[in-house]
Amino acid sequence: MSTLSLAPRRLRWAVSDTLVLTGRSMSHWARQPAELIIGLLFPVLMVLMFGYLFGGAIAVPGGGDYREFLLPGMFAMTMAFGVEASYAAVAADAARGVTDRFRSLPMARSAVVTGRALADLLHSAAGLAVMLACGWLVGWQWRNGLAHALAAVGLLLLLRVALIWVGIHLALVLRRPESVMVLQILVWPVGFTSNAFVAPQTMPGWLAPIAEWNPLSATVAACRELFGNPGWGGDSFAAQHAVALAVAWPVLLVAVFLPLSVRRYRQLSR
Amino acid sequence: MHTGSPAVEAEGLRKRYGDTEALAGLDLSVPAGAVCGLLGPNGAGKTTAVRVLTTLLRPDAGRARVAGHDVTRHPDRVRAAIGLVGQHAAVDDVLTGRQNLTLFGRLHHLSRRAARARADDLLDRFGLTAATSRPVSGYSGGMRRRLDLAASLLLAPPVLFLDEPTTGLDPRARSEVWDALRALVADGTTVLLTTQYLEEADQLADTVAVVDAGRVVAEGTPERLKDGLGGDRLDVLLHHTADLTRAAATVSAALTAPCDLDPAALRISVPITDRVAALTAVLRALDEAGVGVADVAVRRPTLDEVFLRLTGERAEVAA
Repeated sequence: MSTLSLAPRRLRWAVSDTLVLTGRSMSHWARQPAELIIGLLFPVLMVLMFGYLFGGAIAVPGGGDYREFLLPGMFAMTMAFGVEASYAAVAADAARGVTDRFRSLPMARSAVVTGRALADLLHSAAGLAVMLACGWLVGWQWRNGLAHALAAVGLLLLLRVALIWVGIHLALVLRRPESVMVLQILVWPVGFTSNAFVAPQTMPGWLAPIAEWNPLSATVAACRELFGNPGWGGDSFAAQHAVALAVAWPVLLVAVFLPLSVRRYRQLSR
Repeated sequence: MHTGSPAVEAEGLRKRYGDTEALAGLDLSVPAGAVCGLLGPNGAGKTTAVRVLTTLLRPDAGRARVAGHDVTRHPDRVRAAIGLVGQHAAVDDVLTGRQNLTLFGRLHHLSRRAARARADDLLDRFGLTAATSRPVSGYSGGMRRRLDLAASLLLAPPVLFLDEPTTGLDPRARSEVWDALRALVADGTTVLLTTQYLEEADQLADTVAVVDAGRVVAEGTPERLKDGLGGDRLDVLLHHTADLTRAAATVSAALTAPCDLDPAALRISVPITDRVAALTAVLRALDEAGVGVADVAVRRPTLDEVFLRLTGERAEVAA
């Protein structure tokens, strides 16, 4: 076989192997519909809890409807919850020897992660669609036109792409499916120490800057801006440059965790 | 693969993890079509050797060729020629048996239709037809192992690696896996099998390589290894624990040979050369000493004894 014919074949395999592994995840959803539905509906439950139970007690700085303030925060939280799914799937394969089987097959090695990434992105896109519909039902809407709304959706999925790599890296480091509990717990302090549920101005002075600079806050603030929803109206640098930060943070996370994941994956053979 | 050249060849493989040397210059040669049992205690380096030979791990030093391809220089070609059954049943629990095999078939770049046909073929061959559409989470340990085995055989690889294929299985599941393996071997597949169970090596392997501390310490057919231990053995089974030391001294004196004691089984075991003479001498001596004997038997040594003899010296030094 010549090197000329080898390169296109490798590329073709990388694509087809990725699709086969994405199909595997979709078969999982078809086999476990209850898990899929509960996963999709959990953020809806959160919207109802915060929107109707706590919402009355939370004031939006500069006025505005709390549910309209909350929804972009919940969109971003839905993306953040996704890190658990990425972690659980990769850790389960690594712990059970499935990753080793993949590595002993004549398949494209990159497909193990690209297949995971594509499946997770589809799953999160479905989750986001459910949340957008849920938003409409509780009175949230985008007010700046479709183009801005699509840009906001793009930023949310960009955050999810970044978190895929965080999940894959942690899973390859820990390799313990049961440790997903730690992530399930950690996602809450990270979520609450942001502008997703309440405005940072209402937090203690030492906590507010942490919340403002939280990568999650950048995406949430940018989405509020693009959807035309009430924001937290801060005058800090982070508040003024939300859209730029909502691009920069995920790019930085990918720049750190993508090489780390690739290194970890290679280290499986050391 | 060229006929006549070994299917698996390793020369001086070394692999170090911190202070422990998992492989300390392992040499191995398995002829095409043979079944080689890699036998050794936990931590002897068996799994590390399999991981190197299946391209999952890079050796620090040494060379290895599998199906004629160098494992470090042409891992892709090696992967296309091997099947691997690791220590865990590496199958997807959520998917059905057929979905699993179709998935792995597609990753071998079979077309969708060919992958399905091959999956059905293998499910039939491994007696899993009834469980085809059930999720693997509901399979028994033996069924899961057979599916795992089937997954490693999608392209009928010329060389198959099995890392402790029956660890953790009950005797019935174990014999299911053994039957499946025997059928494969009859088809001419080269098999490298690691095991802690000597019976397994005895049952399945043409040649056995005893591995200890990262290198091969003995190699040969199970029969030859047993011969190396000095021919036949005489076992004396007693009624009472109290008689054990006196009986052992009596037997040793009668045959002028050292005995092995197994207090839990109330058994004395001694190597012998002339079966009839030894039997007569031992029974007479024990009768004269007034020791009650429950049973006497002359037998071939077990691979267990070969194994303990070969690896026991290190254990004694360590103790």
